Parts: sequence; structure tokens; C-alpha cells
Amino acid sequence: MAEEKLQRLEVVTPQERVYSQDIRFVVLPGAEGELGVLPEHAPLVSALKTGLVRVQNEGNTLKIAVSGGFAEVRNSKVTVLANAAEREDQINIERAKAAKERAEQRLAAKDPDIDLIRAEAALKRALNRLRATGQA
Amino acid sequence: MASLRDLKRRIKSISSTQKITKAMKAVAAAKMRRAQDSVLAARPFARRVRDVLGRVGSASVGMKHPLLAVREPQKVAYIIVTADRGLCGGFNANVIKMGVQEIKKHPDADLITIGRKGRDFYRRRGYNIAQQYIGTAKADISLTNEVARFVIDKYAAEEYDEVYLIYSRFVNVLVQRPVVQKILPVEPPEGEADEKKVDYIFEPDAETIMDSILPMYIQNALFQSLLETNAGFYSAQMTAMDNATKNASDMIDRLTLSMNLARQAAITKEISEIVGGAAALE
Repeated sequence: MAEEKLQRLEVVTPQERVYSQDIRFVVLPGAEGELGVLPEHAPLVSALKTGLVRVQNEGNTLKIAVSGGFAEVRNSKVTVLANAAEREDQINIERAKAAKERAEQRLAAKDPDIDLIRAEAALKRALNRLRATGQA
Repeated sequence: MASLRDLKRRIKSISSTQKITKAMKAVAAAKMRRAQDSVLAARPFARRVRDVLGRVGSASVGMKHPLLAVREPQKVAYIIVTADRGLCGGFNANVIKMGVQEIKKHPDADLITIGRKGRDFYRRRGYNIAQQYIGTAKADISLTNEVARFVIDKYAAEEYDEVYLIYSRFVNVLVQRPVVQKILPVEPPEGEADEKKVDYIFEPDAETIMDSILPMYIQNALFQSLLETNAGFYSAQMTAMDNATKNASDMIDRLTLSMNLARQAAITKEISEIVGGAAALE
């Protein structure tokens, strides 16, 4: 078999570098739908929605929950710049569950003082984290 | 010469001050290490955002975006980042001094202060403070995002024509350098000269990407400045407290020496009095 081509994936947030490794295939949660990226992809910049970055490398799949931001693909380098990103092993399940319940309560309360858009975004982020750990 | 009792009292008071400065130094050193780690961890993101903005900016030249619009600077705003607390040598004073210099160029500018020390100074001098934030020690990203939203809204509404950020950059433990950075209008950094212009596919389109990357760039500049301030503050405090501890040691040494001299003089005097008294009796 020919030497497998790899691409470098970097996931960075304002606080830290979450992931940086050479990988085979990655699926990004693009604003217009999921994007699968293989090495030597054409240059691309895409906005991202709250979702999962799925990394496939040597038969393993790693999920990274990201929210807000964008991705740049260039010269077999994928850079994901997100406001928040957590690898599945970094996610605090208890915290995500609590956040989910809090957001659900706020949405159910129908209180005019509550910002529905924010509550919905919070719920989405919490569900996204739970999905990354296989809890929802 | 001061009396023995006075000297003893002064030594005692200085050594209790020294205990405090020593403890503060230890605390600052521990916090500095953490603050330094977070600055270094945050730098890759800042660099990536700048790189991508530079490339995307040059790939979509001629694009009109409200945050890129250059206007005649009529109304200017300065964001000034200091620490909340003092006892850190000239750290806050250097930033404040630079701020005073800069504001001279636009005397009717609005100020947005982050950190208690800057707020106190500029409020006392009667500058226009539009917004003030304190609580820098946590390096809270929601605080800087709030500041970013405020200036972006004001800029988009054409109430501000230019926005500058003044803070202290953490160079290393001994050097913190105050800097002025123009954050609005955004000036996309130049791409590297040898780099070819990249023909990007934009998803969904270049405007949407700019809508998300430009605020992110500004938010990040502010967040970074807060992290730099924190790391610099604890380094400056550690250095200042180290000096204070050393000075206290020097003073204690000098006072101990004079105390010993005084004691010896007293003993000599006493002996000569006894000898003199005994001689008088003979």
C-alpha cells in the first residue's frame, strides 16, 4: 500500500490549543452542513456551527465538541478556531447535564425577561457536549 | 544616638513588615506562574486568528465591511487596561502615563477602563470615562467580550471613529512594556510577502466569514491584553516584593549593628562608672 497522506489538524480556542496532530480524515460541522476534509483539500474557509469535529485516525474516531468560530483549510492544514472546544475526554458530564437542565427550565419558563435565543444556544451547547461523550 | 529600646522596636517592626513582603512575594510568584502559562497557551490562537485574517483579508480585497471602514477620526476611544491592585512597582503607573500621553492627541476622547487602578486615576483627573470594568484578576473572557461588544456597537453606529487599546505587554518576568494598539478600524495584518494569494472557497460567503472573524479578532485582542496584564502584574509584584524584602534585610542589618554599638557603649560606660566609683572609695 502506498504511503498514506496525512494532514495536520489544529483546534485552538482563546484559552489553549486543544488538539494538534497529523490525521487522515476530519469531519467539520460547517455552517452549511457537515464537511469532510481529506488531505490536499482545496483552500477553504468555512464558518462553523455548534457541533462535533470528528477526527479519524488509524481506525480511531475522536470527537471534539466545538461552538462558534470557523475553520481554514490550506496546504493540507486544517485550522479550527473556536470560541470553545473540548475533546470528549475533557468534557465534564455533570456540568453539561446541569447546563442542559438549566437551559430547559429557562426555555419552559416562558418568562419575558429570559433571553430565548441565549437559552437556546446554551441548550445546544450542552446537548452538543453530551453527544460528544455519547450521553445523549 | 537612638536609644537601645527605640532601635529594638524599629527592628521588630521592620521584620514584621518583611514577613508580609516575603509572603506577598511567594503568593505573587505562584500566581505569576499560572498567569504566565495562560498567556503562553493563548498566544497560538491569537497568532492563528491574525494569520487567517491576513490571508482572508488579502483574498477579499475591496470588500466593504463596517469594521474595516476608515473614517476621519473625530471621536476616539481608548481602552486602558491596568491591574486592580498596587504594590507592584511602576507597573500600573507606566500604563497610565502612556495613556495620558496618548490622550493628549485627542483630548475629548472617551475612556474605557479595565482595572481599578486606571479607573481611579482617570476618574480623579476628570477624564471622560464611558465604561469601567474591574475584576481583572480572574482574566474572565466574558468581561472582555462585553467590552468588545460595546466598542464594536459604538463603532458600527459611527459614534467612535477610532478605538485604541493601551495595556502592558508581558515580555518576560523582568520586562513589561506598555503598548498602544489600534483595534478599530481593523487593519488586516499583511500576509507574508512570499506567500501567494490563496484562492479560497468561502462557505457560506466571504461576508459571513468576515462577520465572524473580525469580532473574534477584536475580542481576542482584548482578552489577550487582559492575560498579558495579569502575567505582567504578578511578575512586577513579585519583583517589587523581592526588592522590599531585600531592603528590609539591609535595614535590619544596619539597625542591628547600631544596636550592638549602642549596647557596647552602654556596657563600657557602666564599667567605667563602676571602676570610677570604686577608685573614688579608695
